Amino acid sequence: MVKTRAIVITGNGTNCEVEAAHACRLGGFDEAVIAHISDLLSGDLRLDDFHFLNLTGGFLDGDDLGSAKAQANRFKYARVDDLSEHLIDQLLRFIQAGKPILGVCNGFQLMVKMGLLPAFDGNLLQQVATLTFNDCGRFQDRWVYLKNNPASPSIFTRGIDRGIYLPIRHGEGKFVAASSEIMDRIEANNLAVLRYSGPDYEEPTMAFPENPNGSEHAIAAICDESGLLMGLMPHPEAFVHRTNHPRWTREELPEEGDGLILFRNAAEYVRSKLV
Amino acid sequence: MTRRIEIALRVQVRDPRGERIKREIEHFLHLPVERVRTIDVYTVDAALSDAELQQAAAGPFCDQVIQEWHLDTPAARDFDYLVEVGLRPGVTDNVGRTAREAVEYLTGRPFQPGEGVYTSVQYLLSGKITHADVERITTGLLCNTLIQRYTILDAATFAAQRGVPVFVPKVLGEIKTEVREINLEVTDQELMRISKDGVLALTLEEMQIIQAHFRDVQVLAARQKMGLGPRPTDVELEALAQTWSEHCKHKIFAGTVQYEDEEGNRQEIKSLFKSFIQRTTKDVREKLGDRDFCLSVFKDNAGVIRFNDDWSLVFKVETHNSPSALDPYGGALTGIVGVNRDPFGTGQGAKLIFNTDVFCFADPFYDKPLPSRLLHPRRIYEGVVEGVEHGGNKSGIPTVNGSLVFDGRFAGKPLVFCGTAGIMPATINGKPSHEKHIEPGDLIVMAGGRIGKDGIHGATFSSEELNENSPVSAVQIGDPITQKRMFDFLIRARDKGLYNFITDNGAGGLSSSIGEMSGECGGCRMDLAKAPLKYAGLNPWEILISEAQERMSLAVPPAKIDEFTEMARRFGVEVSVLGEFTDSGYFHILHGERTVAYLPVAFMHEGLPPMQLPAKWVPPRHEEPRVVIQNDYTADLKQLLASLNVCSKESVVRRYDHEVQGGSVVKPFTGAANDGPSDAAVVRPVLDSFEGVVVAHGICPRYSDIDTYHMTANAVDEALRNYVAVGGSLDLVAGLDNFCWCDPVLSEKTPDGDYKMAQLVRSNQALYDVCMAYNLPLISGKDSMKNDFYDGSVKISIPPTLLFSVIGRIEDARKAVTMDVKRPGDIVYLLGKTGNELGASEYLALKGFVGNRVPQVDTAKAYKRYRAYHEAVMAGLVASCHDLSDGGLAVAAAESAFAGACGMNLDLTRVLWTGDDGERNDVTLLFAESASRHLVTVRPENRGAFEAAMGGNCFASIGVVTAEPVLTITGIDGGTVVRAGLAELKEAWQRTLKDL
Repeated sequence: MVKTRAIVITGNGTNCEVEAAHACRLGGFDEAVIAHISDLLSGDLRLDDFHFLNLTGGFLDGDDLGSAKAQANRFKYARVDDLSEHLIDQLLRFIQAGKPILGVCNGFQLMVKMGLLPAFDGNLLQQVATLTFNDCGRFQDRWVYLKNNPASPSIFTRGIDRGIYLPIRHGEGKFVAASSEIMDRIEANNLAVLRYSGPDYEEPTMAFPENPNGSEHAIAAICDESGLLMGLMPHPEAFVHRTNHPRWTREELPEEGDGLILFRNAAEYVRSKLV
Repeated sequence: MTRRIEIALRVQVRDPRGERIKREIEHFLHLPVERVRTIDVYTVDAALSDAELQQAAAGPFCDQVIQEWHLDTPAARDFDYLVEVGLRPGVTDNVGRTAREAVEYLTGRPFQPGEGVYTSVQYLLSGKITHADVERITTGLLCNTLIQRYTILDAATFAAQRGVPVFVPKVLGEIKTEVREINLEVTDQELMRISKDGVLALTLEEMQIIQAHFRDVQVLAARQKMGLGPRPTDVELEALAQTWSEHCKHKIFAGTVQYEDEEGNRQEIKSLFKSFIQRTTKDVREKLGDRDFCLSVFKDNAGVIRFNDDWSLVFKVETHNSPSALDPYGGALTGIVGVNRDPFGTGQGAKLIFNTDVFCFADPFYDKPLPSRLLHPRRIYEGVVEGVEHGGNKSGIPTVNGSLVFDGRFAGKPLVFCGTAGIMPATINGKPSHEKHIEPGDLIVMAGGRIGKDGIHGATFSSEELNENSPVSAVQIGDPITQKRMFDFLIRARDKGLYNFITDNGAGGLSSSIGEMSGECGGCRMDLAKAPLKYAGLNPWEILISEAQERMSLAVPPAKIDEFTEMARRFGVEVSVLGEFTDSGYFHILHGERTVAYLPVAFMHEGLPPMQLPAKWVPPRHEEPRVVIQNDYTADLKQLLASLNVCSKESVVRRYDHEVQGGSVVKPFTGAANDGPSDAAVVRPVLDSFEGVVVAHGICPRYSDIDTYHMTANAVDEALRNYVAVGGSLDLVAGLDNFCWCDPVLSEKTPDGDYKMAQLVRSNQALYDVCMAYNLPLISGKDSMKNDFYDGSVKISIPPTLLFSVIGRIEDARKAVTMDVKRPGDIVYLLGKTGNELGASEYLALKGFVGNRVPQVDTAKAYKRYRAYHEAVMAGLVASCHDLSDGGLAVAAAESAFAGACGMNLDLTRVLWTGDDGERNDVTLLFAESASRHLVTVRPENRGAFEAAMGGNCFASIGVVTAEPVLTITGIDGGTVVRAGLAELKEAWQRTLKDL
């Protein structure tokens, strides 16, 4: 049987690679490779040989020019050593092959700033939204309730009942669309996958700290129209076991954490559609 | 040509950074500012075409969804005053570096030497304010003039001159390689002048030892062969000053102390370090026998203990007090990324798994005048918190445990403790990972950042008190991303066995790291001209001792060097071969062909005789407080909950990522609303295992006002009882001591030096006694001995402070216990006895007293009880547990109750008492800080099993958890002495620092 292979790109300030790879394995991938970006730029590893790409959390280039801006620039312009192509060529080929990409936190910022999300009409390199400084003006580490949009095309959130509970850890997580037309289109196509809400997962909220950053329309996650590209500010890889939960010593919780379903869905998708 | 790119937020977009500044101006300076907006400025000093500049501005520099860019035209409009703040020449500009790299990717061309990108920020202020107000805002909030420069323009001037003039903060030094020779054949007075003017921090005796060395005929003959004259070069003198600095050599801990106690008994102590700290570890290890778990203690950058068969744990805690006093942000940032290099440079190198931090500040709301040169405590608070936030978060290391401690005397110097733990495979390439060696012939390799004039004299400057003339050059800015890249590379190089030895480049720079490595193999030959520089114009001595950050020193075998450098290139890490290690017996430094230093390794490392230190203990007597007996202590409890040392630190803690790496088990905050303060942290460093690492600490500087012996005993006990509370095992736990003292050397400046030295002796005595009783080996530590401010008239000395940290293991992290009460009906137990020990408590401080009855630790009873409690935890019998410390039983009960969102009924008549029954009263039972106590809740069905497990120990059931959200405490006469709703208690506890 062909092995299902996930890749987590690291380097230049990515921090969540170990737990992201761990979540991929727990979710059902046969292999999860942590690849330093230099492994890709040297040509030692190629995206083509993988089925699922994780752009995970961290502080790429220290968020120096705004979160993920420098990496978005690097992805667009860096050449691969031994091949006559740029890294972006491999990435676009990966998307065209119908393979899923999950961007978490800094990875979500990267996807949005490159234009990979929401990527209307398959226009993958035009930025139409952004993630900017939290309204509270500070980095925040806290847990949030995320109301699921069951009508979204995302392959990652299939089977989520009402919502999931995950930590956010960011200073720049406020989702802003470039115009109201763009926001309307995100809403009309159900591309807003997860929204900050109260503990009952009923109504989206704009109130701090349930909505920790002041995101427009309380958006915490969006996907593209295919549902294969998704990004979210909360960290699904940080809640894969009940001991990750802040109240595991006082609540009856299942063994498995809420975040694992995203990786399980990715693994199932790859197994059923790509190998 | 130099060009300016300005990036402004679009008009309708909120500016959270500006809003925060506005809040701070209102909060701290009380000035009527209506609006603050900010603009980012990139000054590009490079040969780029207009098209390339526009591409950079529109691409990586600008987020066009919310921002707009302006090339060579000012973006600012609609303001009354504009302030632009940029870095001074030579100060690390992280954003500028990233901007430059982004442009290089865009154009495909590297920058030429001398080209660069420099960043600054504009603040646009609107409101009814004057130029003088803006000056105050700028120097009071926006700009630290030590490392930053600023321009203030009012709207009219700005319009008239069409923006802010271009300024390039480039270091313009002439190319020179000057080596001076210093004549030491001078008077003693002149010797001291040389030491003082050069910030060498060498004493007269030390200067005379150097003088004598350079009179030795054999030394002179050896020098002549190398082309050196009889006078030391500046390189040699600086190298010796670094190596012999208090910071590097720990002369006070190595000195000979003549100690006299209150009864006139005299004792000579040869080295506090050897007599107490090292002996503690040796004796504990002997006691543990084959259960000893220490692998490497004191000899490396950090201590190493066994975690299990497959993994070893590494831990180190450092301080960065003096730099944080001058530049809180840079000092603290450098503190955290600096201590990261310690575990990373231990053994063959460790992966970093968590940070800890403890800050000691003066009251941020202090509103009286301060001596000049001292920054206001709130600026220190804000800068330090932010520096550690950036250093920890950007490095991807969770900050899992810490404290904020307040005392007015920390205005003289704040204490900034930063700790980092790492994990490494027990063996790497078949060799124990905690061992390493250097072969003569191995190449001297420096990896990471470049060398500049930053951090010159850091080691020697922190060996003196802070004063008006403290050097600007000692301050620097850390760069977590350069370091992260280096670590990503080096951990792979480690696994491939590409180096033999690794160590940190910290205090003293290459002088210290290569000096120490030379001690390992017997010598070195290093060419400073091969070291990569940030800019030209550094003299050889500056290259040798610069503490420029993000560098590691390595010994690489010649056969591996090509693979090593090729891999470094791919990872974008700069590495340089500077020479080779030898067994010549000499620290041999060249600049090009010319020998600039030639010092016997033995003289550098063993040339110093021990200091002679008098110490005389006279116990202080404070006014015995007359505590007023009241009927109701609810108001006192609320005041205590709101006090700086007790109140919630959530506004700070939430700014630290405490969950990255995915192994968080007990987080800093817990309970029904995720806001109860945890006693200790538990993390799983290996994600497919449930073995956990537990880390905790104890610190109680107030007790030093009575007796540092008990301050220390309580700090060690507090660390262990926090550790035990969450479920840490007593079979695998080690300690780390960080002493921060005020200058204890008797001198004109310090007429009470013999008392302060006696305080240090007593602290060491307690450390030995308590650690022996608790089987706690000390695996590493650090001392910082000059925490004073003195400007010639005002002297502020910190209270002697010991931070005691513990690290150990929990066999199964799924059995960890948190401090929040769990459900109504659970039984409340108090483990341990309470005594008449209100001395130096938070309660007495609130009432304006110190007192004399400081808590004392009964280690034998406590240890036995901790062991029994641990068995109860492992058997799953404990629902919650909270340690009693600042504020005593009342504060612990309030915290556990409101964290768990359940009330509590407690009865003080049932609390076990030790000592004279006549002294027993409500106020002492509520607020005394007697050591070694835990407040535990147990489900009713586990009552029998829990009491059986605790059999033979002092403990008592004192009440019950209730559904009604109210804390009720009944006094010894049967009346209600505390009654308050949980919401009001929590509000009192959360309010104080909420908005900071």
